[in-house]
Amino acid sequence: MKLKTLSKLEKILAAGHLAVTSECGPPRGSDPEVITKKAEMIKDYVDAINITDNQTSVTRMCSLAACIHLKLMGLEPILQMVTRDRNRIALQSDILGAASYDIHNILCLSGDHQSFGDCAQGQNVHDLDSMQLIQAVRHMRDEGKFLGGGDIERPPNMFVGAAANPFADPFEIRVPRLAKKIAAGVEFIQSQCIYNMDKFELWLKMAGDRGLLEKVYILAGVTPFKTAGMARYMKKRVPGMDVPDEVVKRMADTPKEKQPEEGIKICIEQIQRLKEVEGVHGFHVMAIEWEEMVPEIVKKSGLYPRPSVD
Amino acid sequence: MIVADKKPIEEIIEEIKDDEKILILGCNECVTVCEAGGKKEVGILASALRMYFLNQGKEVKIDEKTLERQCDHEYLEEIRDVMDQYDAVVSLACGVGVQFMAEKYQSTPVYPGVNTCFLGVTEERGLWTERCQACGQCILARTGGICPVSRCAKRVFNGPCGGSTKGKCEIHNEIDCAWQLIVDRLKALDRFDDYENLIPLKDWSFERAGGPRKVVREDVQQ
Ligand code: SF4
Repeated sequence: MKLKTLSKLEKILAAGHLAVTSECGPPRGSDPEVITKKAEMIKDYVDAINITDNQTSVTRMCSLAACIHLKLMGLEPILQMVTRDRNRIALQSDILGAASYDIHNILCLSGDHQSFGDCAQGQNVHDLDSMQLIQAVRHMRDEGKFLGGGDIERPPNMFVGAAANPFADPFEIRVPRLAKKIAAGVEFIQSQCIYNMDKFELWLKMAGDRGLLEKVYILAGVTPFKTAGMARYMKKRVPGMDVPDEVVKRMADTPKEKQPEEGIKICIEQIQRLKEVEGVHGFHVMAIEWEEMVPEIVKKSGLYPRPSVD
Repeated sequence: MIVADKKPIEEIIEEIKDDEKILILGCNECVTVCEAGGKKEVGILASALRMYFLNQGKEVKIDEKTLERQCDHEYLEEIRDVMDQYDAVVSLACGVGVQFMAEKYQSTPVYPGVNTCFLGVTEERGLWTERCQACGQCILARTGGICPVSRCAKRVFNGPCGGSTKGKCEIHNEIDCAWQLIVDRLKALDRFDDYENLIPLKDWSFERAGGPRKVVREDVQQ
């Protein structure tokens, strides 16, 4: 397959390897070491690292600056960018800023509503939505033009990703929605955390039936539970999350001190199962505030060592 | 219609507490329908204020009047002759009426008596909900007649977002997800395939972003 960008993630996927990505949330402060330490911990076990963009609408160090810290460490960042906080001027401008540091991956998102965060009284922008942001980046990269029509000197060279949540409602539009993102120009997808394996596989099968799986690389999202409480919280409180009762039960039936271990076990079992599923091109391991477990998950899932592509 | 809600009376008192002759001015249009600023509400507010000033031992003259509309010269002119009798006017019209009053009667303070909320409908008595944000370029033809600008918390044009749960919006389980409604309606119209048409970037210059707007119709101008 011909490569469209200089992205290492694209290279790994195009070479047919199962890719592994993970993510780091920037700090509520300006200490760069929070990012560099987390990255140091996982860097040999992943191909690229997402930097979240003010996730759950809580104000943090900006994704772009954190991505630059990774880049300076010689790592491969995935710049998450939400449409909540920036209009099309700011979006394009930040994309160029990222491109100036040769950041080669972007994940286009709409972002959680600001009412979840620390600035519930703030305005939201949503000048574009996530699909339109995908189109915008592709336009800038492929046409070398701004949305306003002018030429871009040294256009961004970015592999364009988006999220997909097969578990949000209504289910019947989840495959059409993927088709729509592909039509908008998305090249890789990182899925929402998967706990309902059957539903995820059904979604992939339906996507496959429509011939979508050849058109996009899908990375399956996994998040280990640390406690039974976390499983219950995710089930009840997190919008668009589907945690089957038996998974909650399995965590709850485990003695408290063994629960972290059980959570990791479940996560590894999921990866093992999904590795065999058609259309899964890799894994996005989101160990939320538990980054130190990423190496173990990757190793025990048989995804280590990571391929070298350069 | 324009939907408004009553302002807390303390807020109104704070504005007029030093005045002695006050006109409470209602509007017979939208704010009457949404029971925030019609003749009835003018009466209720006037009585409450009279009671308040009486308890304060203050003699204050409070008059009541309700105009057909406050967004037309013709009706606002009806009070020209009496305006100089008042220290202040509390207008229970929407923000449009309050401003048109203020523009017309430069030297009399006009205070808003309601909070102007949105363009919406009466779902049932006592329940009004938003339907439109006057974006200036209607796209309802493409979205099954449901407006994602006013009814989606993120105004996404190619939704729903990942937070849509059991037909409800991620911000509150009592708010319908606009995109669930759009999908349902497209299906009812047998146009579900249209869901996959990408809606292009919106031209927001017809909306608030483009600055104060106007509609000029030469064909109806004299
Ligand atoms: S849940 Fe639906 S209405 Fe709410 S922000 Fe998402 S798409 Fe919009």
